[in-house]
Amino acid sequence: MADTGSSFKIEKEMNSRRRFLVAATTVVGGVATVGVATPFILSMMPSERAKAAGAPVEVDISKLEPGQLLLVEWRGKVVWVLKRTPTMLESLDLLEEEGLLADPDSEKDQQPEYAKNHTRSIKPETLVVEGLCTHLGCSPVFRKDIAPEDLGEDWLGGFFCPCHGSKFDLAGRVYKNLPAPTNLVVPPHTYLSDNLLLIGAESKESA
Amino acid sequence: MSKEKNSIMSWIDKRFPLTANWKAHLTEYYAPKNFNFWYYFGSLAFLVLVNQFITGIFLTMNYKPDAGLAFSSVEYIMRDVDYGWLIRYMHSTGASMFFVVVYLHMFRGMMYGSYRKPRELLWLIGMGIFFVLMSLAFTGYILPWGQMSYWGAQVIVSMFGAIPVIGDTLSHWLLGDFMLSDAALNRFFAYHVVTLPILLLVLVVVHIIALHEVGSNNPDGIEIKANRDPQTNIPVDGIPFHPYYTVKDIFGVIAFLIVFSGIIFFAPEFGGYFLEHNNFIPANTLQTPDHIAPVWYFTPYYSMLRAVTINFLGVDAKLWGVILMAASVIIFAFLPWLDRSPVKSIRYKGPIFKFALAMFVLSFVVLGFLGMKSPTPLYTLLAQIFTFIYFAFFILMPWYSKIDKTKPEPTRVKE
Repeated sequence: MADTGSSFKIEKEMNSRRRFLVAATTVVGGVATVGVATPFILSMMPSERAKAAGAPVEVDISKLEPGQLLLVEWRGKVVWVLKRTPTMLESLDLLEEEGLLADPDSEKDQQPEYAKNHTRSIKPETLVVEGLCTHLGCSPVFRKDIAPEDLGEDWLGGFFCPCHGSKFDLAGRVYKNLPAPTNLVVPPHTYLSDNLLLIGAESKESA
Repeated sequence: MSKEKNSIMSWIDKRFPLTANWKAHLTEYYAPKNFNFWYYFGSLAFLVLVNQFITGIFLTMNYKPDAGLAFSSVEYIMRDVDYGWLIRYMHSTGASMFFVVVYLHMFRGMMYGSYRKPRELLWLIGMGIFFVLMSLAFTGYILPWGQMSYWGAQVIVSMFGAIPVIGDTLSHWLLGDFMLSDAALNRFFAYHVVTLPILLLVLVVVHIIALHEVGSNNPDGIEIKANRDPQTNIPVDGIPFHPYYTVKDIFGVIAFLIVFSGIIFFAPEFGGYFLEHNNFIPANTLQTPDHIAPVWYFTPYYSMLRAVTINFLGVDAKLWGVILMAASVIIFAFLPWLDRSPVKSIRYKGPIFKFALAMFVLSFVVLGFLGMKSPTPLYTLLAQIFTFIYFAFFILMPWYSKIDKTKPEPTRVKE
């Protein structure tokens, strides 16, 4: 009788030791798995080379005619430089009056402080924005024709995204009730001289 | 001779259960005797899978996953590699046909209630296959690095950017760069030719194991295992898969191959539906094509993505679009628990279910059509209406399937 009792006790003790060992092995194994997975997961982040490839670009805009759009590549993205005519600038006011824009005063943080103004630019006539729709990254089409058939009578010129139909005005401000949530992004930029634009940095030194 | 063969087989069987498996999955797997036209698409999906594996392996021999070389290496395959055009068209046509047969296979399941108990897990594994297939199609479409490859990938990756807080980091992690570039092309190639095919193959094997455990459903939606021969224990309405259904499936294979060859040899681009015209232009990071739409098999979901144009509940339209698109695919997985009808098959279901299923098919087709078109106010409104119908089919199912007037199920399958 006493014998079975003690063997039962031993059995019970063994079981609790086994449980402890199983739990400990699981925890240690789990930690090891996470440890080994970490370098593999991190290897998929942008590499040092990709991080280094973000140098700013200089653009000469002396030959840009009023109403003309220039496409510049910066960090593999397209940046638009648009020289706006006086009529184009007037259209900005008209759209505000009609209340068609989602964020007419550029409240959302889509531009540097110096572009948070009525024309979303440093110089009123020259617009510098990233040419990628804030919805899903397509590049909208520059449509300066006024009231074309497909965009409707109240179209005053702007950018139309062919992918999902978002519309932006000539300051890159998004129209209401369309898929794109925010205005186009104004990249950091500055003027090195009257006609020499630097995209990607706020001064030659900070580049 | 036969004795020799038997001795070889018995040598193998002592070391590997070859005969046992042959019997369990072919000659002694009893499938219902009333399979109809709709039951071709499972085996056809397997045929297309084999086609994609073989042609894919040969394409990797000449393809270069490099943003500077990818486009021209595909053109090289098309123009300079002997029969390269054939292998590539077999692969690109195979991709579209994969979705044709898989959609019909899924529709079969929806008609005959193949997702119902005890086949819930079988259905879920099938959903896993469907997700992997979509990922394969997406990563494969990027590889030629044409305009549609580039901008299509841009749209899909931007969707991850819509996720709050982690969105940006997640998309950088997916791309391996701050924008879509060579790094992404290189890794999508790795997914397309290694990770996803392995996953697909494993899931297909698991799908078949699960099927052979619970047994095939049939157009009457009744369990043949409920009626066994008392002597042999074989379902009285079952017939051995081999030779009966292997022979039937060969007929399906031949019909399918006639259509498949017709497309490959006479209309490999299928009027821009299988291979889009804009993808014959090399990727240009500065300009999106004027008209951009995914390949036909993604257009229904794509329509729903862009159908949301207003912000509500404090979430912006962009994120709602992404949520809706993801939900439109995932919602299929809930079918086993949404359907509360006392019968499985459409043959015994009532008018409400038949109407609902017809509306679902209609909305899927209309959304698919709208997804190929440029958005206009009318098309956006239509997309919104049909998105609503699409989701109503699933979300209202627990109620309408319960109150529907059903017919009694037979005890034996009909001839």
